[in-house]
Amino acid sequence: MIEVNKAGEVWVFAEQHSGRLEDTPIELLSKGRELADQLGVKLAAILLGNGIDDMPDRLGHYGADKVYVAEHPLLEHYQANSYTKVIYDLIHKHKPQVVLFGATPCGRDLAPRIASAAKAGLTADCTDLQIGRHEIKKTGQVYDNLLFQIRPAFGGNIIATIINYDRWPQMATVREGVMPMPEANGTRKAVIVKETAHISSEDLPLEIIGQHIEEKKVNLKGARIIVAGGAGVGSKDNFKTLWDLAHCLGASLGATRAAVDLGFVDHDHQIGQTGTTVRPSLYIAAGISGAVQHISGMSDSQKIIAINNDPNAPIFKIANYRILGDLKEVLPKMISAIKEKV
Amino acid sequence: MAYNCVVLVKQVPDTKRITGEAMNEDGTVNRGALPAIFNPEDLNALELALDIKDKFGGTVTAMTMGLPSASAVLRESLYRGADDAVLVTDRRCAASDTLATSYILSCAVRKLKCDILLCGRQAIDGDTAQVGPQIAEKLGLPQITYVEDLIDISDGAITVRRGLGNGWQEVKAKLPVVLTVLDEANEPRVCAGKRLMKYKKALSPAEIQAMGKDTDIDTDAYSKELEEKGLLIKQWDLDFLEADMQWCGRDGSPTKVHRIQSVVLAAKGSKDVEATTEGITAMVHDLIEENTIA
Ligand SMILES: Cc1cc2nc3c(=O)[nH]c(=O)nc-3n(C[C@H](O)[C@H](O)[C@H](O)COP(=O)(O)OP(=O)(O)OC[C@H]3O[C@@H](n4cnc5c(N)ncnc54)[C@H](O)[C@@H]3O)c2cc1C
Repeated sequence: MIEVNKAGEVWVFAEQHSGRLEDTPIELLSKGRELADQLGVKLAAILLGNGIDDMPDRLGHYGADKVYVAEHPLLEHYQANSYTKVIYDLIHKHKPQVVLFGATPCGRDLAPRIASAAKAGLTADCTDLQIGRHEIKKTGQVYDNLLFQIRPAFGGNIIATIINYDRWPQMATVREGVMPMPEANGTRKAVIVKETAHISSEDLPLEIIGQHIEEKKVNLKGARIIVAGGAGVGSKDNFKTLWDLAHCLGASLGATRAAVDLGFVDHDHQIGQTGTTVRPSLYIAAGISGAVQHISGMSDSQKIIAINNDPNAPIFKIANYRILGDLKEVLPKMISAIKEKV
Repeated sequence: MAYNCVVLVKQVPDTKRITGEAMNEDGTVNRGALPAIFNPEDLNALELALDIKDKFGGTVTAMTMGLPSASAVLRESLYRGADDAVLVTDRRCAASDTLATSYILSCAVRKLKCDILLCGRQAIDGDTAQVGPQIAEKLGLPQITYVEDLIDISDGAITVRRGLGNGWQEVKAKLPVVLTVLDEANEPRVCAGKRLMKYKKALSPAEIQAMGKDTDIDTDAYSKELEEKGLLIKQWDLDFLEADMQWCGRDGSPTKVHRIQSVVLAAKGSKDVEATTEGITAMVHDLIEENTIA
């Protein structure tokens, strides 16, 4: 258990597998940078592995002031026990005030184990982080510069802001894709701090027998334009019009869970709470009602066009362009208008 | 070789069925208006434990922490095939976050013989997926999260397949171990008719006490009667668990709620577009002008 200390750094867990740095730590560095600047402290990345190449430099390019590096042959493959032990030791040694993880399968496996060991609070799947103050009404006690850990709760129907003020570090996992990717700045340099990992083979209780990782076939996270369809599209056949529209816009194809469940498209295309979180410049939603679980994954889009034949569809509340009509008529009109102009 | 499985189950409000009535005007959720259900992925954890028992022999104990009314999920576990059920209930458990909850449950699991501890990946009221790994840490056991298939148990070690979202991993660990189970893992069996007839009478002591308030039933005699028939659900409080109070309830919970807001939907600057060729062409024109469409 760490005492509250206002000088503590902001840390980001630099998740990497087989020498490949994941996107989430880079996204977290952009948010972490903001938080660290507001708190007036350093931003550090925590990198564990065996043979970490140029990763520390890259973390510097993306905003880290420092990179704590623990290299050890036994850290080659991620395991909850070994990674917990090393990171717990580092937390004890350096006493950070904030520790952030991506809410990836690995981050969600690791962060709770560390929080338990450190007897620290942890908030899962945050969609935003801010620095703020909290007042306990009864006593009038005020806590400044706390980490506001903001997340949807209750199946996405409410937004909760969670804090911890009496025990640190303040820990959170953050949903993939909700923080923008920062630009790399090749001239930024991080200080590299080598750390010793005190682990033995006993800290590797799992034997990894086999593994199969699929390359993502669908690029939704990086898409500038997304054409998404819902149950209202009606059939796999009708979805072809959406593919056509996506094709002439150079866009990626997205879908709601209802459309995926109906077999119109693969799960890879699903956007929302249980799918991918996206933030494109333009999101075209056709035949999508706008359930909270879908909106939570796309409401940060810069522009939203909604096509729906129900004037009361909730999607219209967040749309910049509201087209009330039958998508079977509207989509072909859009395609010809674009083909004409572009 | 037989294995003792303990399954942690939770009663949750059915957040998938939230309608207007379940939301208060200030945006908070009126839990009372939602039906209480068996957390879906805990049913998959229970099914996996029952499957292990069917294949290798052993026992399945269902355990929950909650109000006396949470006994309902224990009864349902018994209908489906659990051998034993434990209710951890104590007023001092109130306001526990995941850290305090995992501490309390780890104290309770220590009271049992347990080779394989199972829980659902996450509960639909909080969706945190934290309690499983935190209990594993507290018990000093390895954890295998996101289990989607049991491959084998032999020579004191279990082999399973974990789902990783974009792939899978096959891992092996010596027992005892903690597993968190995904809904893809299996299709939970239905309640067996015979077991339902038998166990629908099962009650926890707290429920019998509550009955005593409304009726003139002799609660002591009734408890005895149920116990003799194997229908008394075990009930443990924090004293029985020898839990250290500094890690329980509000005191043991580092996370606090600062604020709850309703989800407000609003667009910055919006307009209606006629679903006509002219309307749509004008919109496309705007988007090209401002470089949204290249
Ligand atoms: C725990 C949980 C997680 C979830 N995760 C996700 C998630 O990640 N992503 C997700 O998308 N959903 C998710 N959902 C499901 C979500 O609640 C909704 O059920 C889903 O988003 C609805 O999809 P939809 O809008 O395609 O379908 P519907 O709600 O059925 O809407 C169809 C819409 O199409 C319109 N329409 C019909 N015909 C036409 C036409 N000819 N022209 C124009 N419009 C038409 C209708 O007016 C309607 O608004 C989740 C649910 C739960 C409980």
